[in-house]
Amino acid sequence: MPQQVQRLVIVFVVAIGALVGARQIMTPESFGKTGHYRAAAIDSVLTLPIRYAGEQVCLDCHDDIGEMKISSNHSGLSCEVCHAPAAGHADDPDTFLPPAPRQRGYCPLCHGYNPSRPSGFPQIDPVSHNPVQACVTCHDPHAPEPPDGPAECQGCHQGIVRTKAVSHHAQLPCARCHANTEEHRASPHPRELLPDKPRTRALCGECHASADAPREIPRIDLDSHEPKYLCWQCHYPHHPEAK
Amino acid sequence: MAQETRPEKRSATEKGKSQDRRTFLKQCLRGSPLLLGILPLEAEGAEEEEAYQPEEHLYGMGIDVDKCIGCGRCVDACKNENDVPREPFFFRTWVERYVVREEGEVEVDSPNGGIDGFPLQVDDREVQRTFFVPKLCNHCSNAPCVQVCPVGATFTTEDGVVLVDPDYCIGCRYCIQACPYGARFLHPETRTAEKCTFCYHRVRRGLQPACVEVCPTKARVFGDTRQRSSPLARFFRFNKIQMLKPHLNTEPKVFYAALDASVG
Repeated sequence: MPQQVQRLVIVFVVAIGALVGARQIMTPESFGKTGHYRAAAIDSVLTLPIRYAGEQVCLDCHDDIGEMKISSNHSGLSCEVCHAPAAGHADDPDTFLPPAPRQRGYCPLCHGYNPSRPSGFPQIDPVSHNPVQACVTCHDPHAPEPPDGPAECQGCHQGIVRTKAVSHHAQLPCARCHANTEEHRASPHPRELLPDKPRTRALCGECHASADAPREIPRIDLDSHEPKYLCWQCHYPHHPEAK
Repeated sequence: MAQETRPEKRSATEKGKSQDRRTFLKQCLRGSPLLLGILPLEAEGAEEEEAYQPEEHLYGMGIDVDKCIGCGRCVDACKNENDVPREPFFFRTWVERYVVREEGEVEVDSPNGGIDGFPLQVDDREVQRTFFVPKLCNHCSNAPCVQVCPVGATFTTEDGVVLVDPDYCIGCRYCIQACPYGARFLHPETRTAEKCTFCYHRVRRGLQPACVEVCPTKARVFGDTRQRSSPLARFFRFNKIQMLKPHLNTEPKVFYAALDASVG
């Protein structure tokens, strides 16, 4: 064999040997076991932690809520949709407590009006639907039903309640001046059972003409202060202008 | 088993020279189904029931577009479960809003993947139809991403889930280019390709993927396509099924019901 061919053979043998050797060293151990990939990668995926425990785990302890929920409109709703991933709570119930969203922004994620939602899905306008009130005051999230009657006056009288909320009368409950509010609200025919409105100047005088009332309440003398008129003919009680 | 087939072989040879090689082989073959049929049966009975046989499963997901309310809880759950970066451009799953105008124009948007909900549209042109479409990796049987991976870091498991091996990925982004569904991204920290795993770590432990677990309207259904009775089997029975971009022959394993023609 000519010398140059011998040398070429040596070079080829060394190169191929180096390639085979490198391949032996560099190919991961489990590569090609079940396909053109590292079989051990599946094992490392399987060791990933679980964050969402799954509804069944929740109901193992909270079976009372599960029972309530199963026949309700939220039966298909997994606990961790609202209460955040709770595998930590399932492992160690005392140190990790899952949150319960009570702020108004949460429920409209599903129930806020959006024309792209399938028709028939219950939706409200979060801006005008009982503003400021937390959803849970009227609706039980574990067994939500549209409320029969409004729990608060603002269920219907939103405009008045919103106006009053920024006035000096913000702290006064509706029933302070209007009688029969409870009956009116609970009635299936609220228009036939209207709550009473104040009829006499004396009602306003209970605070504004009383010596016992707190000092920051503006005081008048009922006898001399425009005796011809009733108070609400000049002042709007839901938003009184006087300082 | 060998004992069962042996007499056959003997008889073949005993008949001797009148039989040629072809008939002999034919007879052997006839015996072999018996052998194949009984062997696995016995093996199954002998092994523990708990041992997971990946080739017996083929996972898939069904999505009912008519049920999706676009609340984005699936996107949030996916990010929680899989530590997906919270920045608004890394998603393993996301929800798209489709708005088809009267004149036929199609608008698609997905603000932050739908995780914060969808703001009402200000455009007051007439809307013909509008709906939400959740999207994720389609776990294609003919996955383009798997084909292009130069190092074998992206692969299809025997139970049909397309996974990424982060220890082996070199971050070349070929797979991101190849995916016709835009389902992949490069993780900003590890610099390796990332995608939906069907929550493989949950599925193998008998749980549902996180997005399916939290879907409030059960618009997402997960299951084993080889199982005869399962929510997914029911989904197949009661819906007309479509897939995304069927003309690409990727053979997706995410199946859509009530999919609109405008969805690409």
